[in-house]
Amino acid sequence: MSLLEINNATLKFGGVVAVNDLSFSVEEGEVYAIVGPNGAGKSTVFNLISRFYEPFSGQIAFDGQNLLDRRADAVADLGIARTFQNIELFDHATVLQNLLVGRHRHRRTNMIEEMLFTPRVRREEHKHREAVERVIDFLDLQPYRNKMIAGLPYGVRKVVELGRALSSDPRLLLLDEPASGLSVEETQDMRWWIDDIRKQMGITVLMVEHDMGLVSGVSDRVLALADGAKLAEGAPAEVQSDPAVIAAYLGTGAV
Amino acid sequence: MRIHFKTSYENDIRLFPDWWSFLVYAVLVAGAVILPWLLDDFFLGEVTNVLIWAIAGLGLMLLTGQTGQASLGHAAFLAIGCYSCIILMENGLPFLLAFPLAGVITGVFGTLFAIPAVRLHGIYLAIATIALSVLADDIIVLLEPWTDGVSGKFAPMITIFGLEIERWTTPDRFYWLVLAVTILCTLAYRNLLRAPLGRAFAAVRDSEVSATAMGVHIAFTKAAAFGLSCAITGLAGALMGFYAGAFNNETFSIVISISLLMMIVIGGLGSIHGAFFGAIVIAFLPQALSMATDTIGGMIGGGNVAIPGLETGVFGAILILFILFEPMGIYGRWLKIRTWFELFPFARKDMFKRQKSYLKTERLR
Repeated sequence: MSLLEINNATLKFGGVVAVNDLSFSVEEGEVYAIVGPNGAGKSTVFNLISRFYEPFSGQIAFDGQNLLDRRADAVADLGIARTFQNIELFDHATVLQNLLVGRHRHRRTNMIEEMLFTPRVRREEHKHREAVERVIDFLDLQPYRNKMIAGLPYGVRKVVELGRALSSDPRLLLLDEPASGLSVEETQDMRWWIDDIRKQMGITVLMVEHDMGLVSGVSDRVLALADGAKLAEGAPAEVQSDPAVIAAYLGTGAV
Repeated sequence: MRIHFKTSYENDIRLFPDWWSFLVYAVLVAGAVILPWLLDDFFLGEVTNVLIWAIAGLGLMLLTGQTGQASLGHAAFLAIGCYSCIILMENGLPFLLAFPLAGVITGVFGTLFAIPAVRLHGIYLAIATIALSVLADDIIVLLEPWTDGVSGKFAPMITIFGLEIERWTTPDRFYWLVLAVTILCTLAYRNLLRAPLGRAFAAVRDSEVSATAMGVHIAFTKAAAFGLSCAITGLAGALMGFYAGAFNNETFSIVISISLLMMIVIGGLGSIHGAFFGAIVIAFLPQALSMATDTIGGMIGGGNVAIPGLETGVFGAILILFILFEPMGIYGRWLKIRTWFELFPFARKDMFKRQKSYLKTERLR
């Protein structure tokens, strides 16, 4: 059984068919990339998995459980964490606080205990902090620990967002364009991290990415989308040389 | 500049980062406790007023500064707290029971109000809460059998274990009572901020989309913020009733709501200090203004002339100036001054310049 299974998902915005009868599955432990031209429905697929959008028809299952039974805020409980294309951090909080919000699904204390700050709350805080510090260590975020997000450069924000997702100890990590807006070096770092996330932490990664260098470097399988439908699926090299994919990117006609 | 050499996670979790700041707050509290021996009754009353406003400010700060939900209806919650505490006491409940219960009742009302309110955002929420403020006046009149409507109620004597506390005859005891409530509320507030729920509040304020993706239940978190905020405000309302001595349907008008919101903006949104700084401004400004008009009137020989609208005009002007030149409020200005001294002579002019924010994901609502 695959970790994430999407069967015949369709989503329409009015007359626009954003995702058209799409089926694919992500196996445990692999890096699966979704590519496609702008407007192909890549981010929409993410928003379907995150339950921000309700599919018109079709099924989405994670580890055998029906995701469509869950509210958007209950998706994280299953161990699905994500980043956003345009960085959605908590701007008026520090890096540390942002990462600690990532631990929210592991919250075990209630409001009253927290107001009194009982010893249990304190112990839990230590645990959360320990988990967050491991992520900080992994992503080399030490210099920024107590900095406000509002003052950080774009590249660092991108890493902090990855860190926030990792802080929740996910089983499946959804990365929405992890390398967009990053320099060549930063993209290279991102590549090592994605590799390590899969190999050391054993986290399955599903990502949307335009940078074909990164995609072919880290991913096991690639799905090419156009107009919300599957064009090709397979190893990176196969997909890149698929005639339908080339046509979608470059167009067809008299060459 | 104090350098913190952190050796344990406790350094970041405990209330005071170092001995120095612990000392500063200890001296502050000690000074506050001995204040009745230093001030005469009039000024002690004014300081009590500041503290009551500060509690109400903490309540609204939790909702507006921390969770990002503007409310112009908090006068209604002050009224609920005030009336419920005094009605409970008239029915024979001792103050020690009636007072916390008044907070709980107000909190429950706040949570109930949150059920429709969590669907509203920004300006629409502000408009809905204005309606609440306007309604409160009428509802108090309509509920005359309990509230005595327009003729109003008188606050009874507070008795705690035989100790009689009243605003006029024992202003020092009343001051200590208010101080104790202030300290407890501040501690609870501060504890929340360093716990998961406080971080969830900030997450809801800054990005509901990613808060949801991290597993934060938006509606529940907002309802919790409303409930806690209103509970604290209710406590302040009850104290306000005892402070005023007498109150009716017009005591908790929409003007109070607006002053409260102004207060936390002037003080500095999103900080505990801001609630206190704002309360000092709101509570002392009318006094300062009347003293100023008296002095100026005396100098030009005009005597005591009441200038209608002077107070609201000055308040409005101050608010506009703050929003234009110091959106972070008095606390923000204080931080800048402190940083300038700490880094002297290396502070740069644009250190606090606000960065342009990057494009946000389209709001998924």
